[in-house]
Amino acid sequence: MTAVELPAPRRSSLDAVLRARELGIVIALALLVAVTATSNSRFLSGQSIRDILLNTAILAVLAVGQAVVVITRNIDLSVGSVLGLSAFTVGTLLQGNNLPVVLALLVGAGVGVVCGGLNGVLVRYGNVPALVVTLGTLYVVRGVTYFWAGGSQINADELPSGFLDFGNATAIGIPYLVLLAVLVLVVTGVVLRNYRMGRELYAMGSSPHAARLAGIPAGRRTVGAFVVSGGLAGLAGVLFAARFGTIDAAAGTGYELNVVAAVVVGGVAVFGGSGTVWGAALGALLLTTIGSALAVLEINQFWQQAIVGALILLAIGADRLVAARVAASLKKRSSHVR
Amino acid sequence: MSAELTATRMARFANWNVAIIAITVVVLIVAAVTVDNFGTSQNFGFLVLDVLPIAIIALPMTLVIVTGEIDLSVASTLGLSSAVMGYLWNANQPIETIIPLCLLLGAVLGAVNGFFVTVLGLPSLAVTIGTLALYRGLAFVVLGDSAVADFPPAYTDWVTGTIGSTPFPNVLIIIVVLAVVFGVVLHATPVGRAVFAVGASEQAARFAGVRPGRLKFWLYVAGGLVSGLAGVLWTLRYSSARADNGAGLELAVVAAVLLGGVSIFGGKGALAGVVAGVVLLGSLQNALRLSDVSNEALNVVTGVLLIASVLGPNLANRLRRN
Repeated sequence: MTAVELPAPRRSSLDAVLRARELGIVIALALLVAVTATSNSRFLSGQSIRDILLNTAILAVLAVGQAVVVITRNIDLSVGSVLGLSAFTVGTLLQGNNLPVVLALLVGAGVGVVCGGLNGVLVRYGNVPALVVTLGTLYVVRGVTYFWAGGSQINADELPSGFLDFGNATAIGIPYLVLLAVLVLVVTGVVLRNYRMGRELYAMGSSPHAARLAGIPAGRRTVGAFVVSGGLAGLAGVLFAARFGTIDAAAGTGYELNVVAAVVVGGVAVFGGSGTVWGAALGALLLTTIGSALAVLEINQFWQQAIVGALILLAIGADRLVAARVAASLKKRSSHVR
Repeated sequence: MSAELTATRMARFANWNVAIIAITVVVLIVAAVTVDNFGTSQNFGFLVLDVLPIAIIALPMTLVIVTGEIDLSVASTLGLSSAVMGYLWNANQPIETIIPLCLLLGAVLGAVNGFFVTVLGLPSLAVTIGTLALYRGLAFVVLGDSAVADFPPAYTDWVTGTIGSTPFPNVLIIIVVLAVVFGVVLHATPVGRAVFAVGASEQAARFAGVRPGRLKFWLYVAGGLVSGLAGVLWTLRYSSARADNGAGLELAVVAAVLLGGVSIFGGKGALAGVVAGVVLLGSLQNALRLSDVSNEALNVVTGVLLIASVLGPNLANRLRRN
């Protein structure tokens, strides 16, 4: 048994599995689009595709942040509430003020960073499980938004036209929101794949103990992961405000379920340590497309949430089966080496 | 050494229980003095009715958390039970058939959770987030956004009524009976000792002859059954079956259990503490509601309490060590 020989087969088999995992979503997506389009060709019209992409952009930004946290074997359930707080903050700031879009993006992300930092510090230094912390902040942040907003609502006609254009206009035929989401996806994807910092997150998720022994600053990385997730949720709040123009205290309520579903369906393991943001974004695209397809196929919209739940169960069940098979084949292979 | 360890653990545990009971007493006194109508017997009835679903669901949840697992789907089980109750009542089924069916439904929903967690070995957090969405979604599929009312007065009156002319609501009987049953099971039977053993170390428990999978499976069934019952009681109390009944209640239930000194990591906890946690949470919410604090703002309090209930003991331990 040599240290050099072993990693090679392990990596290739894992890679193959992961590729197959994402391929599975693509096939499911293709089938869904094919079936829906045959029943109603309007599904593939420019407007319909544009709507799907715009809605995916918001969910994908959230899912990328969530994937970063889940990879470290944590979870962030507060993202829907952070989106709401950020959207309302930006809406209030822009109400009647013609401020640049960049400022709105920065403020929104800033709100998210503060919330994410709070989550991270409580998880790391308070030694409280992420589930408890973020379930708590889910309600605290939402409650703060209600305190502030009361029953008031910000309408599209109170927002500067430049900001609303940002939500609907396109560059070279692609909406700005989608471009921004792709930018977030690519940057996070590359950092996770190619940079030391990114690999350390996977190491922490695979084995927190081993990661600490290897000298990874687990505390700083944990807080960092929550800051990224919070910051992206804040950014998604700005996208939400620009896309819909109407914002009240309930904006983004229940989004956390869709985000967790997108990440899990996209093949990010809930035990941490594996999965990619590309998968998470594909998961977001699949969920959004299902939502649109239900409307086009004239199926009761109430099925959507049930389908989200069933998909979560299906995805974690399938991942468990695949993981068991991979573990078995690895065992066999390493016994051959020996 | 181990005896010493147990002794300090016991002491720490007793400290937390004493602290919770002391805080509860302080909250009750302050509320009785400063909040109008808090101390009236009519309000006592409302308080018990308000706290009823949290109180009964917290009991099986305690056992589930002590084994080191979690169940976030309880509020959705409540909602689906309520929606099915409304659907069947609309379909002119007799209430005597509907109620057992809803309890059975709850047990089946719990068994589904238990199947995924114990037979497939999936993490309970992910499974019950999935069923949280699934069960709530099915509730909407069954009933849409309509509401069903006009349940038989004999039943709704019993749920909202009091025992004779005493100020004690009838449902207090249900709470007390269930609390005694779960308390005895957890603290005075082999099943209860197995629950603690599995929570402390699943492998050690297996070596000692406990079957952790089977145990957890039945705990999820118990959780589903009680949540189904909570759905029936909720529907009868408001005489309204809706798909969104009890949405978000899982937060309050988990908060009450953790406030009661149960460790989220499993292996530690006592039902007496949980009862104190439920009373604390219930009276705090009731007092704030009487002071015209909105429901959303109440959630801030519950959220803070949830985090504080884990953060507090952790910080106390750290201070003690330094």
